[in-house]
Amino acid sequence: MTNEEEPIVQYQDVNKIYRGGNVAVEHINLTIDRGDFVCLIGTSGSGKTTTMRMINRMLEPTGGTILFKGKDIHQQDPVALRRRIGYVIQNVGLMPHMTLYENITLVPKLLKWPEAKRRAKAEELIKMVELPESFLDRYPAELSGGQQQRIGVIRALAANQDLILMDEPFGALDPITRESLQELVKHLQQELGKTVVFVTHDMDEALKLATKIVVMDAGHIIQTATPTALLQHPATAFVRELIGEERLIQARADVTTVGAIMLKNPVAITPGKSLHEAIQLMRDRRVDTLLVVDDNNYLKGFIDIESLTRQYAQSTAVSDIMQTKLFYVHESALLRDSVDRILKRGLKYVPVVDAENKLKGIVTRSALVDMVYDTIWGENADHDETEAGPDHQPQAGGERHG
Amino acid sequence: MGDFLAQHGAELLVKTWEQLYISAISLGLGILVAVPLGVVLTRLPKTAKVVIALASMLQTVPSLALLALMIPLFGIGQVPAIVALFIYSLLPILRNTYIGMQDVSPVLKDAAKGMGMTPVQSIVQVELPMAMPVIMAGIRLSAVYVIAWATLASYIGAGGLGDLIFSGLNLFQPALIIGGTVPVTILALAVDWLLGRLEKRLTPRTSRKEAAQ
Repeated sequence: MTNEEEPIVQYQDVNKIYRGGNVAVEHINLTIDRGDFVCLIGTSGSGKTTTMRMINRMLEPTGGTILFKGKDIHQQDPVALRRRIGYVIQNVGLMPHMTLYENITLVPKLLKWPEAKRRAKAEELIKMVELPESFLDRYPAELSGGQQQRIGVIRALAANQDLILMDEPFGALDPITRESLQELVKHLQQELGKTVVFVTHDMDEALKLATKIVVMDAGHIIQTATPTALLQHPATAFVRELIGEERLIQARADVTTVGAIMLKNPVAITPGKSLHEAIQLMRDRRVDTLLVVDDNNYLKGFIDIESLTRQYAQSTAVSDIMQTKLFYVHESALLRDSVDRILKRGLKYVPVVDAENKLKGIVTRSALVDMVYDTIWGENADHDETEAGPDHQPQAGGERHG
Repeated sequence: MGDFLAQHGAELLVKTWEQLYISAISLGLGILVAVPLGVVLTRLPKTAKVVIALASMLQTVPSLALLALMIPLFGIGQVPAIVALFIYSLLPILRNTYIGMQDVSPVLKDAAKGMGMTPVQSIVQVELPMAMPVIMAGIRLSAVYVIAWATLASYIGAGGLGDLIFSGLNLFQPALIIGGTVPVTILALAVDWLLGRLEKRLTPRTSRKEAAQ
């Protein structure tokens, strides 16, 4: 057995240069790990399909090495290699003169599986794509385009291939069918633990499916990143353009951290201060709660105007009336994950802390409103992120830690 | 009609058999050579042009001349006739095989290769079944040509229905001419019909409705 930790595919400085000097791809270095869903994306002529087709030796590189499960594919029999790698193409490529059963079990038959094993596999697979078993006796021409590509997908799984290559498999399908097939493929990939290399020119598709997106242009890899990282840090103007400004803005809620929109310099007080000083500060800054931090700026709790009023007579120091049960968020948390919690709790603001629990700022509802506004109307709205105005820090309420 | 059959009936049967026999062997050899050659040529596009041009040239040699040319090589009788008719049968079959194979959707060829079929598996399991209607059309065309031209084989002593026709021409007996021609036509039509049936059987099904027919 090969080592599970070993990458399933590795490109080492791979080139493909056609006679006459046409460069298809150049200096391709890419590692594909087991379980990855890699989307190769780029415009036509970017070399994405070439890059994919070199894995199963449908195209031979002119330079460099490709390793499949640690072994140089150039040293392997191409026919045997292809039978170990699933292959799904844009135009489906089901054999029109074979029944679905014969189509699905084509590779197992080439591998000389016994009939009973082939039959069982076909029945198992057709259930996975939610088509009735009786379809096995039908011919591809009797199926809709979407149904055909479902069969195209399971045909690539029939011989238990670990790696599936897909060349714009859903490009010719209508949007609804495409979406259901995308979900199917993602589901199968996760459930069966397959590795998929998927060529597409559709950024939505890539963002939806990929665990790793490889952006290609003019035969070169421009950027390799997770969908989140790609949206957060597009490497070049080309990548930005490929993603599209609209998507970048829409994606901001998905990738923006709490730290990016928080208001700095929140109104805070140390526990040792007297209640008199606290009420003075509230009055000066026109707020009804104060965050309590120690001398090193560690967040300790908060005090609000009600408890202050109630206990003014008995207590003298802030630490006496401080409430320590406090809902806060980390500055590195994604806004996407925090928005709901902030809104549902009806909080007007939430303190933001860093990894060491030091107070860094607050996120207010109005900052969230700005965020939503930007998403809908573009980036024109002005931000005031540096200063906490008087209306920014009312009522924290007796919230618990989230 | 009755008189003619009474007089020439036995001869007619023998000559028809000879005609069929010569044609069938020529055509059979033509298929055996031209189909594999056509398949191989799809893998050698440069050679293909040369070979198909050569076959087209052979086709333009007048049939009587070709038959005559066979005599110095093979003498007279059925052998030179079969060789000449075999040469004639090549082009339609070769060209149709080549075109039929070329016209198989590149998507299917790509899928077959990409899934791990060997070149031979791809040809036998995918490309030939897909090209079968076109190849069969070439074979049917050749069959009709060969049966018709086999009549001329009588000139170099191969026998066949041409014997009756040429006797009729020499003896000024229209009955013999017609008596020889009609069976040739019937034979050609019958063979074409039979090959049509065969074509249907060899053309792969692509839906259950067709299968039910």
